[in-house]
Amino acid sequence: MLELALNARRGSFHLEVECRFASDWTVIFGPSGSGKSTLLRLLAGLELAEPARTQLERVVLDGRRLTDSAHGVRLKPGRRQTSMVSQQAALFPHLSVAANVAYGLRHLDRASRSLRVGEMLELADAGGLIDRRPRDLSGGEAQRVALARALAPRPRLLLLDEPFSALDGVASDALLIRLQAWAREHSVQTVLATHDATDALATGAEVALLNEGRLAALGPAPEVLAAERDRLALRLGSA
Amino acid sequence: MMDWQALALTLKLATVTTAILLAVAVPLAALLVLGRGRWLAFVEALAALPLVLPPTVLGFFLLVLLGTRTAFGRGITALLGHPLAFSFSGLVVGSVIYSLPFAVQPLVAGFAAVEPRLVDAARLLGAGPARLVVSLLLPLARRSLVAATVLSFLHTMGEFGVVLMLGGDIPGATRTLSIVLYNQVENFDYAAANRTAAILLGLSAVALAAIYIGGRPRGGRHA
Repeated sequence: MLELALNARRGSFHLEVECRFASDWTVIFGPSGSGKSTLLRLLAGLELAEPARTQLERVVLDGRRLTDSAHGVRLKPGRRQTSMVSQQAALFPHLSVAANVAYGLRHLDRASRSLRVGEMLELADAGGLIDRRPRDLSGGEAQRVALARALAPRPRLLLLDEPFSALDGVASDALLIRLQAWAREHSVQTVLATHDATDALATGAEVALLNEGRLAALGPAPEVLAAERDRLALRLGSA
Repeated sequence: MMDWQALALTLKLATVTTAILLAVAVPLAALLVLGRGRWLAFVEALAALPLVLPPTVLGFFLLVLLGTRTAFGRGITALLGHPLAFSFSGLVVGSVIYSLPFAVQPLVAGFAAVEPRLVDAARLLGAGPARLVVSLLLPLARRSLVAATVLSFLHTMGEFGVVLMLGGDIPGATRTLSIVLYNQVENFDYAAANRTAAILLGLSAVALAAIYIGGRPRGGRHA
């Protein structure tokens, strides 16, 4: 369970969210500019691009305080057992695919490290890419590798910011379903940010509707996304 | 007659200075790029100061600071058994400060050019500052590291004001090529001065050309 209370200003943008994600798979749905990426960066403990005036910042994962401004707690990004995959894969260009995936696995010995690397690449359906260099990968392949790299250290919290934008719909859906099963099996709390209603509906579970930095609704996907579903149906019907 | 002793001393000074400078400048540049806080602006200004400071000013201050007039200088003298001024070690101290911007500035530019999302990704995967520098910033800013090394070396080789102020002109200890050149000109020995100057010019030109050739993409810069 993830509890968060965030109140941060950045320029004229004001993010104010206080809620509790009871489900272990939550979709944050909202148009671009609604604050999804800012929210994920705060959850990850990363600094914001512009210095933000933060009034309140609290992130509690399964009872463990990752950030608590009231008590001066702010764990460093690497100490939160939190992984993030963004729209840009951000692979380390000077390292092979295998070395990229192994980057967060320094605590493992060599044998279990290479085992984990192979396992994670398989999960992301990127097993054949293990010896390639990032510059030889397509956008979709790079995103698969970035996913494998993020999952490899077995995070407790997984943040996904439109992670499969470079994959086509079918491939993206298939990967999401496998990922969801994996996350459930390893009890990884996942937060997926998307502006694509089909993504949000496909994974079901809990949806948080974000609008201009505020939480507009939080609940089961069919309820929260009723309006979006109608809009999609209307568009499909009129096509 | 070529002053081989001075050439050897000059190369030794430049090598030692460059080694110390890289050890200082890499962490300093990383701090300036990765760190947050207004006080870093003062650190950056201080690290750039030798660029605009007349070398004789720097040499004079160091001469006073390291001499027997200050408690600091007396402490160092007691520690080493001899004053730091008018010694090879004194020259190294002066050269490190004088050439600091030539090591720090290329590294800052190179580190700052590394995409922030790569740094974020590495941080999330558990990399602390030291690992960020070694595994990410230095490999991705290789060219800047080469530039910092060569510029520090050349700039130290050619320094004059600091060496004259701080080192005096002691053969084998503080008499570098640029001092030799000055002496030769003062003695109207233009033929010898010509050779000394040619060595300094040649070394600098070859080393700089090597950096620029290494950094030039095939087919021109705008290809």
